Amino acid sequence: MATPTVDKQATIAYLEAKARSIRWDVIKMIGTAGSGHPGGSLSAADIVATLYFHELDHRPDDPGWPDRDRFVLSKGHAAPVLYAALAESGYFPREDLWTLRKIDSHLQGHPDMRKTPGVEISTGSLGMGFSAAVGMALGLRIDKRQSRVYTLIGDGESQEGIIWEASMFAAQQKLDNIVGVLDYNNMQIDGLVSEIVDIYPATSKWSAFGWHVIEIDGHKIGEILDAFRAARVVKGRPTMIIANTIKGKCVSFMEKAVDFHGKAPTSEEVDRALVEIEALGPLG
Amino acid sequence: MAYKRATREAYGDALLELGREYPDLVVLEADLAKSTTTIKFKEEFPDRFFDCGVAEQNMMAMAAGLATTGKVCYTGSFAMFATGRAFEQIRNIVSYPRLNVKICPTHAGITVGADGASHQTLEDIALMRVIPGMMVIVPADYYEAKKAIKKVAEIEGPVFIRLGKAPVPVLFDDTYEFVPGRAVNLREGSNVTICATGIMVDSSLKAADNLAQQGISVEVINISTIKPLDEGAIIGSASKTGRVIVAEEHSIIGGLGSAVAELLSDKYPVPVTRIGINDLFGRSGGPAELLEYYGLTDEDISQAAKSLLDK
Ligand SMILES: Cc1ncc(C[n+]2csc(CCOP(=O)(O)OP(=O)(O)O)c2C)c(N)n1
Repeated sequence: MATPTVDKQATIAYLEAKARSIRWDVIKMIGTAGSGHPGGSLSAADIVATLYFHELDHRPDDPGWPDRDRFVLSKGHAAPVLYAALAESGYFPREDLWTLRKIDSHLQGHPDMRKTPGVEISTGSLGMGFSAAVGMALGLRIDKRQSRVYTLIGDGESQEGIIWEASMFAAQQKLDNIVGVLDYNNMQIDGLVSEIVDIYPATSKWSAFGWHVIEIDGHKIGEILDAFRAARVVKGRPTMIIANTIKGKCVSFMEKAVDFHGKAPTSEEVDRALVEIEALGPLG
Repeated sequence: MAYKRATREAYGDALLELGREYPDLVVLEADLAKSTTTIKFKEEFPDRFFDCGVAEQNMMAMAAGLATTGKVCYTGSFAMFATGRAFEQIRNIVSYPRLNVKICPTHAGITVGADGASHQTLEDIALMRVIPGMMVIVPADYYEAKKAIKKVAEIEGPVFIRLGKAPVPVLFDDTYEFVPGRAVNLREGSNVTICATGIMVDSSLKAADNLAQQGISVEVINISTIKPLDEGAIIGSASKTGRVIVAEEHSIIGGLGSAVAELLSDKYPVPVTRIGINDLFGRSGGPAELLEYYGLTDEDISQAAKSLLDK
């Protein structure tokens, strides 16, 4: 890989700060709500930060702009990471984040496109968001729009048959305006993906299904940026970015901790986690 | 304060006892072993527990295959995904051939709470009830759930048992006898009948207490088997009171309300009021807040009873 330019270094530093900010908000949000999914939100934070603050062409003041790029959070339980990115982008006030999962909040436990500005489609039932993203890519191509569709899926989620049905269809249709990102943290609720129903080797599986596959470290912003750039020039095939990640990334006691898939931190744990995140560098 | 326990807790406890009794019993889970409590079975019988990963359709169709080899197969996951995602597997490869698969998913209903609409199934009773030959059971508390889960192992064929996430008041004890297909009269009354199922049984008993203080005599029937319906019990009570309220933590379309209305309109027409989720999707919130928001409290039942008496 080429040595990063000064510009690229600045972009990376900027996005790292955004990712820290998103992680901070994720912890605070779930802690305040008293329930939610921290592990899979933290593993996706660098990818989501890079999407919202670099890759996506979007207009937070005009969420319905027809030529926008779309992001679909297919692993909908990671809603907090999406909400943090949307708030930071300006889709709604940051204070709204502290209403997560409350009865009168527009921030539902899982993303709701009819309640939250910036949410492209309602997800929460695993596997379906990915298919819907393929449908969006198809619709945008029919309309000859230049918009691109990005979608984040989980490795546990990839055990759903619908993921592979959609993968075959997207390749058949030669959809090159869609980029999938696999949040490959090797964890699901009941334990390690490799010990429950393994999806390994994910790279050759998606290749065999007709996708262009790029494997990266999903916590290295430079690699995430390069992968998205590389995906833009792939023609006639969809691209899957296999992002190797760590569940709970950046909070020591949440990293690779099965329990923190769907458990809120206590207020003492929130404080500890926020201190750890702040110690990593400035927030964006 | 009434003592509370979630009906899902009965799943793991009953499976442990069943596992010891039935060497052919196999449990399939779809990445929710801790939430559904099937993990208890996994710990004692690791060789008869299989985690299918996040793949409910595959889990359900594999259960059908296992059943053909003589296994008694109990399946896991949440009610939304087991009965929704895997509906057609249940319909075509489990129920049509009448295979011995027990579908006992947890986290049914609005009381799932903060996870919100995508996880709050309010349609599962309807989906299961419409399948020919499917037995549909909605236990009212931990003990009824445990007894039902154990009892249906003796029945050859598909059974759906609806379990919940939130702790709910315990109404019975270990001496309770669950008889499939039998409704149980929990309170004798003469002015109005409440047919209740699941967590609404407790609210109906509370409503009956409140109404008794206002001089209204209420009969409360626990209808834990929604299919086959205990027609005799319902018609018997309706002929005595002449007015029926149905209360369930489910859409007012297709569940117990529909079942009772269908029965009475065919065989003994009387005024019926259905209490349930009024053809809406759920939303995030606390279980108690949501019950209030959607009109599923004992107060709502009392109001409905009074309106029905005024008619
Ligand atoms: C269809 C469906 N089945 C089950 C669930 C419950 N569930 C929520 S998250 C999850 C595990 C997902 O694992 P993975 O995709 O690896 O997510 P991550 O570890 O990245 O958070 C499960 C089983 C669901 N939301 N949808």
